[in-house]
Amino acid sequence: MLEAATRSVAIREADEPVGRPAHIVIRDLDMAFGDFVVMRGLSFTISRGDVFVIMGGSGCGKSTLMRTMVGLLEPARGEVLYDGASFTAAPPERREEMLRKMGVLFQQGALWSSLTLAENIALPLQQYTRLGPAAIAEVVDLKLSLVGLRGFGDYYPAAISGGMRKRAGLARAMALDPEILFFDEPSAGLDPISSKLLDDLILELRTSLGATIVLVTHELPSIFAIATNGVFLDTESRTMVATGSPQQMLASCPNPNVQTFLRRGAPARGAGASSAPGSEES
Amino acid sequence: MTEPHELSFRRDEGQALEVRLAGSWTKAEGLPAVDELRRAIDLPAPPTRVAFDARGVLRWDSALVAVVDRLVELARARGVPVALDGLPAGVVRLVALADAVPERAGAAAAGRSPGLAARLGEVVLALWDDVVGFVPFIGDSVLAITALLTGRARMRVTDFFLAMQDCGASALGIVSLISLLVGLILAFVGAVQLQQFGATIYVADLVGIAMTREMGAMMTGIIMAGRTGASFAAQIGNMKVTEEIDALRTFGISPMEFLVLPRMAALFLMMPLLTLYSDFVGMAGGMIVGVGMLDLTPEQYVKHTMDAVSMTNFSIGVVKGSVFGVLVALAGCLRGMQCGNDSAAVGRATTSAVVTSIVLIIVTDAVFTVICNVLGL
Ligand SMILES: Nc1ncnc2c1ncn2[C@@H]1O[C@H](COP(=O)(O)OP(=O)(O)OP(=O)(O)O)[C@@H](O)[C@H]1O
Ligand SMILES: [Mg+2]
Repeated sequence: MLEAATRSVAIREADEPVGRPAHIVIRDLDMAFGDFVVMRGLSFTISRGDVFVIMGGSGCGKSTLMRTMVGLLEPARGEVLYDGASFTAAPPERREEMLRKMGVLFQQGALWSSLTLAENIALPLQQYTRLGPAAIAEVVDLKLSLVGLRGFGDYYPAAISGGMRKRAGLARAMALDPEILFFDEPSAGLDPISSKLLDDLILELRTSLGATIVLVTHELPSIFAIATNGVFLDTESRTMVATGSPQQMLASCPNPNVQTFLRRGAPARGAGASSAPGSEES
Repeated sequence: MTEPHELSFRRDEGQALEVRLAGSWTKAEGLPAVDELRRAIDLPAPPTRVAFDARGVLRWDSALVAVVDRLVELARARGVPVALDGLPAGVVRLVALADAVPERAGAAAAGRSPGLAARLGEVVLALWDDVVGFVPFIGDSVLAITALLTGRARMRVTDFFLAMQDCGASALGIVSLISLLVGLILAFVGAVQLQQFGATIYVADLVGIAMTREMGAMMTGIIMAGRTGASFAAQIGNMKVTEEIDALRTFGISPMEFLVLPRMAALFLMMPLLTLYSDFVGMAGGMIVGVGMLDLTPEQYVKHTMDAVSMTNFSIGVVKGSVFGVLVALAGCLRGMQCGNDSAAVGRATTSAVVTSIVLIIVTDAVFTVICNVLGL
């Protein structure tokens, strides 16, 4: 079990053809904070090797969905399945096992501030592998180099920039060579070049690790560049209104909110969407 | 420099309301009360329509926009149509922008101020939640301790040593100072009374027993609540805010084992030592008064203290100290884990950790006293 985590890169087929098996299934999911229902009736499937993007307006519940998928929040109804096994209904030990195959990058990086970058990445390795200190140092060095932070191992999170923190968070999320990587707005707050580099990195990870990637993002260029599949959450109807690849959505989804979002606010043809309200009134 | 501005309402025969604005409408001049606006709309009856005449406005900023927006909102709520022409074009655009996103249903609920009874009820419910919130936390910590004892707990030994240092060696200074002063005060108060009976030597008994049974443990507990408990709450609360705790969870690492356990273990181990130390420093304080004020010799004082203070007294104090240590760690960590996700919440968590610890310490001390009394110790 313990070695499996470190060897998982080797045993996974890299590039499977179309018709890939389902990896994550969301079934009939409702999410709520007390009486306030954030989203209801979410059902979709994420295939192995997908770059799956969760889209929607600010405050519609994307982060909430992602937190529910990794067990930080409990759904009000419905379940999340990984490889056909229910995560929601799993007992704590089983959940922990499933979590070990996932890596999460939080919106602000969420590095452990009392540990150096190297220690941040080393911690999961110490907890879940039998690697000795020298081997761990090697792995840490590799992960830091992958995100372009070679040599920053001894820095504390407070002493590096926000973008570097995100990349370090990514390195930590990859520590155990996860099968699924979750990203919450990875490129928010990054300059265009860094965010392009991050996109490339994500694609690289997907092909080299064969990982499934679940991504929350507002960045249209990223969405069109890297997403193979996605879901659109609508703030008004409090449910999902479209699934499929972003290109498909743009071409064939009739929902005006989806069109407006994917066209960056430019009104869709036929859907008299709102632009600069009030300017006509004066 | 403020200039006068003018706001007047005029109704025509058809009951249309014309709002006339003139002068300088900036934040420096202030805003009219909402009630005044409401009266203008509602009295004698809602108008058929609202129009503006702002030709006399010399200067404006968001003050004017706020007034107009409020009027528009009041009118809309009563189904009265509003014509915005007659206002500066910038104001019209800003008002339209402010109205573009409808208020989320329930979003304003938090702003309503409830009545006295409702508030009292809320306080009681919050208190109850507080008590109930402690129970699962204690359960979790027992599980974590079991994991520790069976060697399955995931915590870094370094964290444990850091916590030990933080609540052991680094606390010696303040514990010394407070204990010495408490010993001095006890001896002084006792001396004044005992002098009347010529029984000054009993100051040694008084200070010795009071320090070992009660004051050593309690003062150390309270110091640790303010020093270490508060810092635990702030550290953990801040980790909550920055999602560091969530990051632990997603790695399947229990924050109970990883964060709470080393801190609790460290306080549990250091508190008895600190208590003993405090006992001795307190007695030294007593001796200073005894020797300096009451003309006792140090030998006399030490001998009397040794006769008076039994092993039982020491043990009671030390046991209490350990229990207080666990309570302080629990309260600090619990408040940290319960912390909301902004920096104000961290402040509240810290305050609440100290208050909770001190209340728990005093209540537990009372319970101990009763138990010792029943057992005849
Ligand atoms: N802890 C909480 N308690 C109550 N309501 C919450 C909580 N967290 C989020 N919400 C509410 O849930 C809704 C969804 O929040 P969420 O953070 O998932 O949005 P989001 O889609 O990630 O937005 P953004 O793109 O701005 O990050 C929001 O309306 C928010 O008010
Ligand atoms: Mg979010």
